[in-house]
Amino acid sequence: MRAQETYNDQVVRLFLLAAAVWGIVGMSIGVYAAAEMVWPSLNFGVPWLTFSRIRPDHTFGVIFAFGGSALMGTCYYIVQRTGHTRLAFTGLANFTFWGWQLGCVLAMVTMPFGITQSKEYAEPEWFIDIAVAVVWVSFGTVFFATVARRRIRHIYVSNWYYGALIIAVGLLHIVNNIALPVSLTKSYPVNSGAADAMVQWWYGHNAVAFFLTAGFLGMMYYFVPRQAKQPLWSYRFSIVNFWALISIYMWAGPHHLMYTALPDWVQSLGMAFSLILLMPSFGSAANGLLTFNGSWHLLKTDPAAKFMVLALVFYAGTTLEGSILAIKTVNSFTHYTEWTVAHVHFGAIGWVAMITIGSLYAMAPRALDQPAMHSRAAMELHFWLHTIGVLLYIFSMWIAGTIQFLMWRATGPDGSLSYPFIDSLIAIKGMYAVRWFAGVIILAGMVVMAWNLWHTAAAARARLIKPIPVPIPEPEPHQAPAPLPVYG
Amino acid sequence: MARGYKYYEAVEKNAALLGILIFVAVSFGGLAEIVPLFIEAHTVAPPPGVKPYDPLRLAGKDIYVREGCYLCHSQMIRALRAETQRYGTFSVASESVYDRPFQWGSKRTGPDLARVGGKYSDEWQRLHLVDPRAFVPESNMPPYPWLEEHKLDGADIAARMRVLRKLGDPYTDADIAGAPKAVADKTELDALVAYLQGLGIANEPAKEASK
Repeated sequence: MRAQETYNDQVVRLFLLAAAVWGIVGMSIGVYAAAEMVWPSLNFGVPWLTFSRIRPDHTFGVIFAFGGSALMGTCYYIVQRTGHTRLAFTGLANFTFWGWQLGCVLAMVTMPFGITQSKEYAEPEWFIDIAVAVVWVSFGTVFFATVARRRIRHIYVSNWYYGALIIAVGLLHIVNNIALPVSLTKSYPVNSGAADAMVQWWYGHNAVAFFLTAGFLGMMYYFVPRQAKQPLWSYRFSIVNFWALISIYMWAGPHHLMYTALPDWVQSLGMAFSLILLMPSFGSAANGLLTFNGSWHLLKTDPAAKFMVLALVFYAGTTLEGSILAIKTVNSFTHYTEWTVAHVHFGAIGWVAMITIGSLYAMAPRALDQPAMHSRAAMELHFWLHTIGVLLYIFSMWIAGTIQFLMWRATGPDGSLSYPFIDSLIAIKGMYAVRWFAGVIILAGMVVMAWNLWHTAAAARARLIKPIPVPIPEPEPHQAPAPLPVYG
Repeated sequence: MARGYKYYEAVEKNAALLGILIFVAVSFGGLAEIVPLFIEAHTVAPPPGVKPYDPLRLAGKDIYVREGCYLCHSQMIRALRAETQRYGTFSVASESVYDRPFQWGSKRTGPDLARVGGKYSDEWQRLHLVDPRAFVPESNMPPYPWLEEHKLDGADIAARMRVLRKLGDPYTDADIAGAPKAVADKTELDALVAYLQGLGIANEPAKEASK
């Protein structure tokens, strides 16, 4: 009798735990930074508590530590299930977990002490960049090796998005971080001025495209049909959207640099592709939402489904907003204002965080060998805390952004500017307070989720979980590799 | 099943082919936009007034970078009337040829700084950096009192200039040799003020020394 192959859910559980912890850490820093904008004395004159030093910790913490852990954990879960195979290279998979956590801790610890490249969303210094690149290549190796030994011939669409995430983010990370070190703690990028700006926003924009969109769409394409208990509305549509999304997104970066010293033709090209991008974005959102056809009643009973549906609505909303903001005339108003902050959080806590939370609630009981999450009431509470928090956040920043651009360009009858800059700051201070409060509510929801996961994981903590066997079809020589041993 | 699907089916069942096609699909955008810019960047020479940062201002620029000033202040005046009226002539690409990384920014919690040089006195800048609310009670800018307490390290600045020369900035041996003397006894605050006071003034150092 052949040895029974089992799924490697150990590493998935580790990433699940890490995601819950980093979510709270990253959002706590965000809440503190938001408080400093209302009450600047909270800096206490301490360098590493100062807003400008901790803001990169917030963005890195939520995007790469929280989002990255959630992406890698769900990726490992999905690639095994959709291929009916155990994760390849158990040891390397564990290395990707510990390596990623180490990279995140190093980045989060060094940045507040001024060890930073100061390239937005790529702040960690060169030695951390190298460590992250090594872990990323290992992640790609584990993923593609697992895909290669799958027992289902067709590669499910989620894996395409994860594959695109791995390839594109690897490319972006390496190209954007090419630098010449002066010492361990300081380096200079090889590009300067306009060329550096172009590379930086090609990276910054596509980190959104592939890290915060493609990866989470991979999550969506697996967990939404699973939770809706329906097949994907249109599989072919998901494929069309995939190729459109990954090829068009890469062109849209210059919309971050409208009316700047970047050549005009690049700006116009970026705007045109940003508008075209609306189609595959809406396509993915529609595909996910229409998958709920026939299962809409689940919204009454299943908080995970509610998170997913609202995430897709926010995704449609934020991509529509993104395309509109990329129109040069609109951009001339909104750029540099809080409107940008509203837009990024519309996407980040509306779409990304909600699809992640929904997927974690769907995945956790299965990975933790439980029939359901510990408390449904707590999930329900989390849903409402999060939803109210997101709405308060984006509306307060939309209002603040509008006040800013109106005041910045207001002129009197004689053509002189109506307001000194400081007046626009005074006018939006109330909105900053509302935004801080929104952050507190969202953070509270994350704490509720962590509590719920902790109790759901009781069996895992007691090491009582039996590994789940891989369903292996009748042997067919070309698609039935020998079972992998369980170790580690 | 649509005609032609049988060809596409190969992609859906072959991981290597899928990976290669993804790489090809994502490469076009970057290549089309970045390669021409690189060619352009190499043909545009800095205008006559723009010289690489002198040692003190280089130290100041790196402090600006270290503290993360770019998170609240842009250095990019767009060619829009309300902007040029508030901040001065619009920014051009050649002004930032020596900025590694570029400091155009993406958000204005505070005002743009591209042409802040000479707008306030050195003394105002010093006191404002140490305690912003002493001048502007409604400001939410954090204070940076520690800049006053730290002295610059001349050898470190010289090492930075050598690296920048490798990257193509035209520093001479004399420039680099003079760096330790130029920053001797200067604090980080001196350096940051010198940097700010040079911003937008044809990229020249401030006219009068801070002391």
